[in-house]
Amino acid sequence: MRTALFITCFNDTMRPATGRAVVTLLERLGCTVDFPLGQTCCGQMHFNTGYQRDCVPLVRRFGEVFADYDAVVAPSGSCAAMIRHHHKRVAEVAGDRELQQAVRTAPPVYELSEFLVDVLEVTDVGAYFPHRVTYHPTCHSSRMLGVGDRPLALLRAVRGIDLVELPDAAQCCGFGGTFALKNSDTSVAMGADKVRGVLESRAEVLCAGDNSCLMHVGGLLSRLRTGVRTMHLAEILAAGEHSAAQRVGAGDPQYARVTDAAATAGRSPR
Amino acid sequence: MSSAFLGMPPFPQAARRALADTQLRRNLAGATRTIRDKRAEVVRELPDWEELREAGRALKERTLRHLDHYLLQLEERVTAAGGQVHWARDAAEANRIVTRLVQETGEHEVVKVKSMTTQEIGLNEALGSAGITAYETDLAELIVQLGEDLPSHILVPAIHRNRAEIRDLFRREMAEAGEVGDEPAELAEAARRHLRRKFLRAKVGISGANFLVAETGTAVVVESEGNGRMCLTLPETLISVVGIEKVVPTWQDLEVYLQLLPRSSTGERMNPYTSTWTGIEDGDGPRSFHLVLLDAGRSDTLADPIGRQALNCIRCSACLNVCPVYERTGGHAYGSVYPGPIGAVLSPQLRGTGGAVDRSLPFASTLCGACYEVCPVKIDIPEVLVHLRARVVEETGERRRTPSPEALAMRAARWVFSSPARLAAAQRVAALGGRAVGSRGRVGRLPGPLAGWTDARDAPAPARESFRQWWKRTHR
Amino acid sequence: MNAARDEILARVRAALADVPEPERPADVPVARQYATGADAPAGVQETVSLFVERLADYGASVRTVSPAQTGTEVAKTLASWGAEQVLVPRRFPAPWSAHLPAAAVLGDEGPLSADDLDAVDAVVTTAAAAIAVTGTLVLDGGPGQGRRAATLVPDRHLCVLRAEQVVASVPEALSRLDPLGPLTFVSGPSATSDIELERVAGVHGPRTLEVLVVR
Repeated sequence: MRTALFITCFNDTMRPATGRAVVTLLERLGCTVDFPLGQTCCGQMHFNTGYQRDCVPLVRRFGEVFADYDAVVAPSGSCAAMIRHHHKRVAEVAGDRELQQAVRTAPPVYELSEFLVDVLEVTDVGAYFPHRVTYHPTCHSSRMLGVGDRPLALLRAVRGIDLVELPDAAQCCGFGGTFALKNSDTSVAMGADKVRGVLESRAEVLCAGDNSCLMHVGGLLSRLRTGVRTMHLAEILAAGEHSAAQRVGAGDPQYARVTDAAATAGRSPR
Repeated sequence: MSSAFLGMPPFPQAARRALADTQLRRNLAGATRTIRDKRAEVVRELPDWEELREAGRALKERTLRHLDHYLLQLEERVTAAGGQVHWARDAAEANRIVTRLVQETGEHEVVKVKSMTTQEIGLNEALGSAGITAYETDLAELIVQLGEDLPSHILVPAIHRNRAEIRDLFRREMAEAGEVGDEPAELAEAARRHLRRKFLRAKVGISGANFLVAETGTAVVVESEGNGRMCLTLPETLISVVGIEKVVPTWQDLEVYLQLLPRSSTGERMNPYTSTWTGIEDGDGPRSFHLVLLDAGRSDTLADPIGRQALNCIRCSACLNVCPVYERTGGHAYGSVYPGPIGAVLSPQLRGTGGAVDRSLPFASTLCGACYEVCPVKIDIPEVLVHLRARVVEETGERRRTPSPEALAMRAARWVFSSPARLAAAQRVAALGGRAVGSRGRVGRLPGPLAGWTDARDAPAPARESFRQWWKRTHR
Repeated sequence: MNAARDEILARVRAALADVPEPERPADVPVARQYATGADAPAGVQETVSLFVERLADYGASVRTVSPAQTGTEVAKTLASWGAEQVLVPRRFPAPWSAHLPAAAVLGDEGPLSADDLDAVDAVVTTAAAAIAVTGTLVLDGGPGQGRRAATLVPDRHLCVLRAEQVVASVPEALSRLDPLGPLTFVSGPSATSDIELERVAGVHGPRTLEVLVVR
C-alpha cells in the first residue's frame, strides 16, 4: 500500500515536530510513508471563511499530488474533515467536471487515529510517556469525522501515562479558524472555560489531534503561565524511553521557551 | 423584522458588551446547562430518536419542495372548516391585516400567545400605533414586555433576567404584585393574578402556530402555562399569524413532530398543553378564526437550495442551548428575534445580507457542529453558515471598488498555497521572523488584525526548520 | 388580497425552480423507521402503570380504581378539595357522578360565561385517550368532557378514564383521534420554567390535576 502523509500547511510551517512525530511513529510501526513535496494546503481556511473560489486551485493541487496513492494520512481532524466533506462542494462551486471526477476518485484520507486503529489495526503503539495528560476531543475530529474514542484508546495504551478526564471535554475550545480573529472576544471567553477545565484536571499536558485548536488554548495557557504544555496526539504516541518529548521545552513547544526577553516582548506596544 | 432590534451593532461588538455582563454570563451558563442536560436525558429514552429526526427532516423537505401545493390544500381545508385565510407578503402587510381584523371587532385590547412570528413582524408596536393594546401572556414574554426589553431566547425569552430583577420589575409595573417575593412560584402566582381578568374579558386572541396540517386544515399550538389555551379558547375572535413554512402534509406527520419538539425544546417528554383546532367549532371556542399566512423573506430563503433547510426549523431552541457562542454572548448580540445558531442562518436569509448585523451573523460561529448534532430536523447549520459566508464575501467583493484587506490576504494565501516553491519560500521568510522572536522567546503582542489574537493569547513563533525542509534533509 | 396570495405562490414556485417538473410530493422519500407502538403491543397493565408513572412525574396525582369504586372515589376526591360547586359536563357517566351531592353539581348549560367558569371550584371529566410514554391525557370534547374552556378555567380538574383508553405511544394516539374537532393534550398541571428555569407547577390552567384510571 502506498501511503502518503498530508502534513497540512499549518503543521509544516508552525509545528513540524508533529510531522516528525508522525513519521517516527509510522516508521516504528513498520509503515513506510511518503511525503509528496508538491502538497500545500487543503483550503480549509479559505472555505470556512467564505472564499470558496479561492480554494479551487488548492483542491485541484491536492487531487493531483495525492492521486497515485492508496491512502493519505493527516495529523489534523479538521483538515481531514475538510477534504472528506468539503472538497466535493468546492468542485461543485467551480463547476469543473474534471475536478469533480478527481475528488470522487481521490484516495481515502484518514485522520491519524483512524489510520492507526482502522488501517494499521493497532492501539498499543509502543509509546512511553510518564506524564499527567488530558485529552480535548476537537470538534471536527469528533463531530465531523466521528473518530469516537480512538484517540483515547491509543492514549490509554501508552505506558506510564496518567490520563485524566477533561471536564466539559466536548465543548468547543473557541478557536474556529478565522473566528479566533473576527470574534476574538468570544473566542477567548470560550478558551478561558477550556483552560478552566484543563486546570481542574491538574494535567501537565493538554493533548489533541489538531494543532490549530492547541495553538489557541496553548496560547492562553502560556499567556497565563499555567505551566501546562500542549502536545499533539502524534507527539505523545511517538514518545519512547529516550525521546526528547519527555523533557519540557522539547518537541517544539514554542510557547514554553520563556525568557526574560519574552516578558519584555509581551509588554511591547500594540 | 421588528424594528426593536434596529441600531444593534454587528455581532462581534455586541458580543463584547454581552461578555462583560457577569450576571448574564452566570444566568446563561446555568440555564443552558440545565436545559442541555434535561434534553439529553429524555432523548436517551427514545431508542428511535435518530429515525424520528430523519423522518422530521424528510417531511420538511417534502413540504418545502412542494410548498405551493400544500399551501393551496391548507387554504382550502381551513376555509372549508369555517376559517378565513389571509396572505401577507411582508411584515407591514401582515400588520395591516391583523390591525384591520382587530378594528373590525371594535375592540381595543387583545391577548397574545407567545409567538416568534408576531415578534418578527413587530405586531405589538403596529397594533399600539393603531391604539390597540396587546397583552403578552406567556410569563417570560410578560417579563420582556413589562421591562420594555428584548427577548434573548426562543423558548425562554427572559433567560437573561434573574429572580431579583423580575421581582423588582413586577413590584414596579404590576399593580397585582404588591410586595411579591423573589420565589419563582410567587412570581408566577402574581402573573396569574395580573392576567386572569384580561383572559376572562378578552374578545380577541392572537397567536402563532407550531404546525399547520395541510391535509386537514388543523393548526397546532404547543405550550406550558395554559395562557395559550386561554387565548385560543376564550375570545370570540382568534387571529393566527403563521409563516408559510410551518405547513406539514398530514395529520399523521404530527406523530413525528410531537415527539421531537417537546424533548428538544423544554426537555420534557411532552409539554403540559398542546391545542389543535380546525377552523371553528360550534359551541366551543372562537366564533371566527383568521389565519394570516406570512411570507416575509421565506420565499427568498426557499430559493436557495442549500439555505432553504433553515426553513425546516420548528423553533425548539435546542441549538441555542448547546451553542458555546450563545452560551457566552446570550441572544441580544444576534440582533434579531431569532438568536443562536438558527438565528445566524435564518436572520440573514429572511432579512437579506444588506445590513452589517446580518453580514456578521454567519461568522458568529466556530463551526463546532454541536447545533447540527441536536437539531431535531437535521438542519446542517454549519453547512448553511459556510454557504452564507461565501455569499457575504461575494457580495462584499461586488460592493467594494477595492478588495478588502481580508480578501487581499486570502488572495495572497491562495497564491502562496498554489505552489510548493512559493510555500517553501514563505516558510523561509517566516522562519527568519521566527528566529528573531524565537531567540527572545514566544510572541507577545502583535499589531494590526493579529492584535485580536495576541490580546489574550500568546502566539507561536514559526518553526526554524519547516517540516518539508526536515523531510528533504532526512528522507531524500 | 388575492394579489398577495398570487404573488406569494408565484414567488414560491419561482424559488422551487430546481425541483423537476414531474416530481410529486410523494416522490420525496420519507422513511418512517421510527417505532409506532403497533409493532410491540404492551399489555394493558404495563401500559397503565407506565402512564401512571409518567403523569405523576409532572406533578399530577394518578391512581387506578375499580369500576365499583369509581363513583365514591370521584366524590371523595372532590370533597377532599372542598369543592362546593363542581362542573359536570353533559353525558358524564351517571354512575361516576352518582355520589356527588346534587347541590354541588353544575351543568354547562347556557353555556356558562367565563366568569361563571372562574367561580366553579372544580371540573370532573372523562377523556378521549391517554398516552403512556408521555403521560398525556387527550380531550376531544366528546361525551363527558365538555368544551375546552370547561377544563381550563376551573382551578381543579379531575379526569376519569378507562384503562383501555390508554395507548402506549404518540403515533397510536394520533391515529385514534379525529383532527377535525378541537383537541387538547394535557400532560400534567400547567407549568412554567420561565424564571431561571425553575419549574413551577400551576400557572393559568388548572393548578391541580388528578386522574383516576378505571380498571
